[in-house]
Order: sequence, then C-alpha cells, then structure tokens
Amino acid sequence: MIRACDVDDLPDGEAVRLLAHVPISVFHTEGQYFAIDDTCSHQDASLADGWVEGCFVECPLHAASFDLRTGQPTCLPAKRPVRTYPVVVSDGAIYVDTAVAQEAIA
Amino acid sequence: MRTVTIVGTSLAGLRAAQELRAQGFDGELVLVGDEPHRPYDRPPLSKDFLLGKIGVEDLELADAAGLLELGARWHLGRRAVRLSASDGSLTLSDGTELKSDGVVIATGASARTLGDGLAGVHTLRTLDDAVALRREIADGGVRVVVIGAGFIGAETASTCRALGCDVTVVEAAPVPLSRALGPEFGAACAGLHEENGVRLVTGIGVAALEGDTRVTGVRLADGTVLGADVVVAGIGVRPNTEWLDGSGLVIDNGVVCDEGCVTASPNIVAVGDVARFRHEGAHVRTEHWTSAAEQAGVAVRNLLAGATVAHHANRGYFWSEQYGHRIQFAGQAAAEAEVVEGSLAERKFVATYLRDGAVTGVLAMDSPKPFTRLRRGLARAATVPAG
Ligand SMILES: Cc1cc2nc3c(=O)[nH]c(=O)nc-3n(C[C@H](O)[C@H](O)[C@H](O)COP(=O)(O)OP(=O)(O)OC[C@H]3O[C@@H](n4cnc5c(N)ncnc54)[C@H](O)[C@@H]3O)c2cc1C
Ligand code: FES
Repeated sequence: MIRACDVDDLPDGEAVRLLAHVPISVFHTEGQYFAIDDTCSHQDASLADGWVEGCFVECPLHAASFDLRTGQPTCLPAKRPVRTYPVVVSDGAIYVDTAVAQEAIA
Repeated sequence: MRTVTIVGTSLAGLRAAQELRAQGFDGELVLVGDEPHRPYDRPPLSKDFLLGKIGVEDLELADAAGLLELGARWHLGRRAVRLSASDGSLTLSDGTELKSDGVVIATGASARTLGDGLAGVHTLRTLDDAVALRREIADGGVRVVVIGAGFIGAETASTCRALGCDVTVVEAAPVPLSRALGPEFGAACAGLHEENGVRLVTGIGVAALEGDTRVTGVRLADGTVLGADVVVAGIGVRPNTEWLDGSGLVIDNGVVCDEGCVTASPNIVAVGDVARFRHEGAHVRTEHWTSAAEQAGVAVRNLLAGATVAHHANRGYFWSEQYGHRIQFAGQAAAEAEVVEGSLAERKFVATYLRDGAVTGVLAMDSPKPFTRLRRGLARAATVPAG
C-alpha cells in the first residue's frame, strides 16, 4: 500500500501522480477513486495530465481515451490497456495497493 | 445497404471500417488499398521510426485479431482505378470489378516530389519511403538538405540531426509555419533548428537539384549551392483523386463534400486527408491524424442513414515533435496571439489566438496539461447534430 494523498487534496475531476515501481495516477471522478498506470500505453505521456470525463481519461497527447475502471483504451491511437490498481480510503487518506496490479482482460 | 467498399486502408479507411461495424453494419465489407502493408500509422515515420527507436510492428494500427474481427474482404496491393458515382461500381488495377451500395473514399494524399528520380532524393509519406530514407541516414555523417520547413520537414530535420547528420533546412517563405501558427509562433518553433545545430535558410527558393544520377547538391535561386548527399522534399502533399476523374464526383483539391463528409451522391462519403468538407461557410481539407480519425465516425453515420444527419466538428487539433519538444495546436490561428503560460525563451509555453476577444486557437510547447484544458474549452463534440 502506498499513500497517495489526503482525501481533501484530491477534489472531484482531479488526478494525482505517485511514484511506485512505475508511475501510477489516482483519479477522483463521479464520487469514486481509480488508480491506473500513469504512462499512456501509446507513447510517453502522463495520463494524470489528461482530461477526465465520467469514468474515462483522455490522454493529453494524442487523445486516446481509457476506461478508468478497466484500463481498456476505447479508441486509437492506443491499442493496449493500462493496468489498474485497487484504491482504499482510510482515515481521510487515499491509498493504492501497488502490489495488486490488474492486467486488463482484452 | 448490403455492401460497403472502402478505398484506402490507412487511418481514415480503417477507422471507417471499425465505425461501420461499431454502428451496426452487418453487411459485406470490402477494403481496397494500394499499399501491400496492413494499416499502419504515419506520424512515427518521421519521428521514432526514422530514428530507429521503434520497428514496423509498432506502427500497426490494429493487430491481426483486430483486423479479423472486422469480417472484411481485403484487396491489398491493388489500386482502385475507376469509380462510377451513379451506380457505385469500382474497377481495380487488376481488372476486378466491384459493385457496392456504399463507398467510402479514404485515399489520403501523396507527397509532392522533386528531382525526377535522381538517387538520394526522398519524400516521406509511406512506410516504404521511411525505410528507404532511413537506410541512407541511419549511420549519421551524411549531409542532408531538407527542402521545406513545414511540420514534416522540421521533424525529418530533427531526426536526421539526432542521428548525427549535417542538416540544412531550406524554406521559400520568410518565416516557416507562419500560415499554420502565425509569424511570431512560426518563428519561435523554427528557432529550434538553429538551437540544435541545424542551419535554416529562409526566404529563398530552390532553383534546381544538382547531380547526374545521384544528387550532389541543391542550387538556390541566388546561385548558392548547398552540397548534399541526401535531399528530403517536404513540400506538401496533393490529395489522391486522379482515380476519380470521370466518376461524376466534384473534385477540387480533394473530394468535395458537405459538413458531414457526404458527396453529392448520398451513398458516397469521403474521409481523411482526401476529403474537402464544408466547414463554417468554406470548404477545407485537413491533413492531420485526429481529424482523419474523427471524420470516419461522422461519415459512416451519414452513409448508413442515407442522409447528412451529423456534421464533423473539425477541431483542428494536431501535434508535432521536434528536437525533443512536443508541439500541440488546436483551433485556428489568428492575427492576435499571446503567451498565457510559460515563455518562448524557456521553450515551454501555452499561447492563445484571439479574434474580437474570443479565443480561436491554442498552441503549446511541452505543456500538455494546460493545453488539454484550453483545447477542451475550445472544443465542441466531435459529432454535431445536423440542422
Ligand atoms: C511522416 C508523417 C508524419 C505525420 N505526423 C503527424 C503528426 O505528428 N500529427 C498529426 O496530426 N498528423 C501527422 N501526419 C498526418 C497524418 O498521418 C495523416 O493526416 C493521416 O495519415 C491521414 O490519413 P488518411 O487515411 O486520410 O490518408 P493516408 O494516410 O494518406 O492513407 C491513404 C491510403 O490510401 C491509399 N490509396 C491512395 N490511392 C488509392 C487508390 N486509388 N486505391 C487504393 N488505395 C489508394 C494510399 O496508398 C494510402 O495507403 C503525418 C503524416 C506523415 C506522412
Ligand atoms: S501518448 Fe497517449 S495517445 Fe499517444
């Protein structure tokens, strides 16, 4: 488990990037928290810099969109999913279980 | 609609095929492409592929399983040579005749060439072009002259430089990229060349290429000769419409179509670099990845509806990578422009273009996050309902 930040520091619609074995970003959207690999599966872009809408994040470089729940891309140019991680909220802080990466099922 | 044929199997063609299936078309789908390759992505051709950082397999727009899923009949390595708009019949270069109820024209554009087959003179549009150019520059140490300082020329110069070539860029206009970005920001982007050890010669045209069988130099309009082992012409493209002569369609710098990419025949649509669609009272043709990808969804919807029920929003988004910098642009340039974040001197900035106080466009270098926010502010949905 890695502590991402306080709940108060991540308002709805925002994302925070943390450094685990790989960069991971945590998103707060529609009242839920999601953690996925921060690096786009297409090229080298940080998805935390992207645009969140509903349960999707649009990559800031070439606008591929990923489903935050599954890590699956919904359109080109990304073809591969990003991994997702469980998020736990406890005592006003957000934690990511970086040991349990979920490989999205294609 | 029982049979749809898509001509051109690159980005716009493949996206149209994917959209047809996603939008519920379960009839016969036929794809015709003159390149022998499976659909591949062009932007990396001047960047990571030319650099040697990625290989051919990394360029694929879809893997074998994704292509199979389309359930289509493929005619690769064959060119469409004739279309009759009145009955949708097509003739291919090997004599095959195809009848279809709907046709998607996605034949893109070809690079303008120079030098009449002189060895060492290249263009960069296709995978084969990139492989041929890479063979000559991979080991560095050669003198490369790039003609044209547009995005393709600039990216090629940047990659050649990174490989250790001696590079000169020649541009006929006084300021590179000024049509796309305006003079101030065009100059700011062009400044990257000299900062990275590439000579930039502007405001002078090319008179001739020198050499008998292989190029030896580029002669400029003032008589100066730039010695060259390799020349790359980045002087723009022309839409691939020759095969449509006599088709009955209106061709004028592209396939002329309406706001929803539909031609005068409701069963024929045009998408991507070849399409000259109506937008805000004029006809425009874009040459960018995202517009090609987005047009496919709109055109297919209209094709299946048999009428223009949706318009392409044309958000004018494109990106470029040069000398390790990421350039992103959306919307339209205007005479008035200002830096709203960062600075030109740092080579990290966001700028907005303004007309009558309203933001018409956004340009950014190495600032994806603020750029995305501003671009979103500008954007409307990719598909807008007609009427
Ligand atoms: C080197 C390079 C770098 C680029 N970089 C960027 C970038 O960084 N950002 C960006 O936004 N855009 C970039 N682009 C532009 C982007 O790649 C194009 O906008 C996009 O490829 C357009 O797709 P398209 O399918 O419309 O046309 P094309 O990709 O041109 O494909 C058309 C296909 O149709 C085939 N064809 C033509 N005539 C026929 C015929 N008669 N019968 C059968 N097949 C035919 C062609 O051979 C080709 O395979 C770049 C382009 C190039 C070449
Ligand atoms: S880097 Fe994310 S879509 Fe290209």
